[in-house]
Amino acid sequence: MVVFDNVSKTYKNGFRSVKSLSFRVQRGEFLVLIGPSGCGKTTTLKMINRLIPHTEGTITVDGKDIAKQNVVELRRNIGYVIQQIGLFPHYTIEENIALVPALKGWDRKKIRQRVEELLHLVGLDPAVFARRYPKELSGGQQQRVGVARAMAADPELILMDEPFGALDPITREQLQDEFLRLQKEFRKTIIFVTHDMDEAIRMGDRIAILKDGELLQLDTPERLLTNPVHGFVEQFIGKNRIFQNPELLPVTEVMRSDPATISPHRSPERAISHMRQRHTDTLLCVDEQGRLLGIVSAYDLQGDAARIQSVGEIMQPADPILPLEATARDALVKISESRFGLIPVVDSQGKLTGVVTKGSLLTVLAGRWKEAEAGVGS
Amino acid sequence: MNRRSLWEQIVQQLEMRHAELGMAVLQHIKLVAVSVGIAIVIGVTLGIAVSRFRRLEGPVIGTAGMLQTIPSLALLGFMIPLFGIGELPSIIALFLYSLLPIIRNTHTGIVSVDKSVIEAASGMGMTDTQILFRIQLPIAFPVIMAGVRTSTVINVGTATLAAFIGAGGLGDFIFLGISRSMDALVLIGAVPAALLALLLDFVLGRLERAVTPKGLKI
Ligand SMILES: Nc1ncnc2c1ncn2[C@@H]1O[C@H](COP(=O)(O)OP(=O)(O)OP(=O)(O)O)[C@@H](O)[C@H]1O
Ligand SMILES: [Mg+2]
Repeated sequence: MVVFDNVSKTYKNGFRSVKSLSFRVQRGEFLVLIGPSGCGKTTTLKMINRLIPHTEGTITVDGKDIAKQNVVELRRNIGYVIQQIGLFPHYTIEENIALVPALKGWDRKKIRQRVEELLHLVGLDPAVFARRYPKELSGGQQQRVGVARAMAADPELILMDEPFGALDPITREQLQDEFLRLQKEFRKTIIFVTHDMDEAIRMGDRIAILKDGELLQLDTPERLLTNPVHGFVEQFIGKNRIFQNPELLPVTEVMRSDPATISPHRSPERAISHMRQRHTDTLLCVDEQGRLLGIVSAYDLQGDAARIQSVGEIMQPADPILPLEATARDALVKISESRFGLIPVVDSQGKLTGVVTKGSLLTVLAGRWKEAEAGVGS
Repeated sequence: MNRRSLWEQIVQQLEMRHAELGMAVLQHIKLVAVSVGIAIVIGVTLGIAVSRFRRLEGPVIGTAGMLQTIPSLALLGFMIPLFGIGELPSIIALFLYSLLPIIRNTHTGIVSVDKSVIEAASGMGMTDTQILFRIQLPIAFPVIMAGVRTSTVINVGTATLAAFIGAGGLGDFIFLGISRSMDALVLIGAVPAALLALLLDFVLGRLERAVTPKGLKI
């Protein structure tokens, strides 16, 4: 959807704010640009709608070189949201949102419908807000209108420069959530500038880290966190980020891969001795192929040992179960639902690959935390 | 002369000259309206030009400022060799006189429109002309109107001097009163001029409020 090919920006005074930038953004992708102040995020963004002309290289949007396009046409097909919001103070909310559709010559009825639809989408009741003026809205409400205005003519591409940067933390989080929900529904291509790493991780499909006008790393949040390129990126992300974001840690990192298992055909005596050996009070039952069948506990075994022939008879479902793709966060949530204080992890064939226990969770997370503490200190 | 006899004089003069006074008021309004009207057209245009082309700012505002530093009587005097006497030179002088507040306020009004509003507008694909007419001028309107009001009030006063070069208006009474040492006549010219200034300011203020978009009112 958007392709940068060796794009640079050199100002008249000779300052190069963006240096040979090359990357591509897929249709429907949410790309976050992040980096320290002055690293060229805004410049990069504004070069796309030509508010800042680039001086070298080519930028294509939807396969077309932007330099060869009519600039007004180009901009009308790209949504644009800025931190300062920039609503037109002399227009009502309705008129603000209607602007681009009106410029594009939509008919009145269609515009009116669209405005109403958009106000609903961004969580503002049209009956209350359509006729108000921007100054009669709170900051959060104004930026909702800013987002609605950018989406008005249904552009494929939306550029956002720190759109939630000026809002208080609670409102910001609310708008982030709502915007993610919209994005799930509409799958626009979004390029989003922020200097807030938490926001980047939360929102981005991929994150581009810029420094001094250069692209240092462009990766998914998971890969950035687990494999930051050495030096600046690592430092910029902050090691303790992982700890704050257990959803980024795969469940495989917090599970034990040698769970104590038993075949359901075994005798209860055999099971009890196996438990002693493994210092555990539960065994996971698996078939010959290693597929998970259920769970037996020492408590049940003691009560029923005399009565049964094989452990299969008192085996219980091993819920909850996690798939291999789950995250440490899922494990944290589910562990409290688990009757036995453990969660089996199975692959797509249902084969048991490991087990998460309160102990394994604690050991791994505490270890990471210690690492992070040490990282901050050094 | 005691107060009572001044009052009697005024009543007497009014009885004698009320038709003349009515004509003078109308002539006065005409001088002001025509000169300010032209000043609005030219001043707003120059104000826009100045805000567009920064290089013009110094010369244009400097010239208009200089014109305003010339004493009004002198400016009227300068008109005589150029345009003779009567209405035309007076209107030109008054026009030159009212340019500065209008140019300056138009310029200020336009450049003080929030940058983010302009950025949003051009980022959304409005052309420069659309931005000027749909965004900048409407938002600058109250400031421009303030300039127009200033010019109008100043001009009502200055226009009394236009009688000096034969343009008529309320100044006729004042000059006549001075040359004949009749305070009553001076007052018959001066009081309506002051009232006219107040009235026009009030009317323009009302107009401004009526036309200013609701979103811009405080
Ligand atoms: N007109 C200009 N002339 C010269 N240098 C400029 C100009 N505009 C911006 N710059 C420089 O370009 C660099 C990049 O600016 P940019 O606005 O893209 O930064 P940013 O990453 O968006 O920073 P921030 O997080 O503070 O918004 C800065 O160092 C800035 O000083
Ligand atoms: Mg910026």
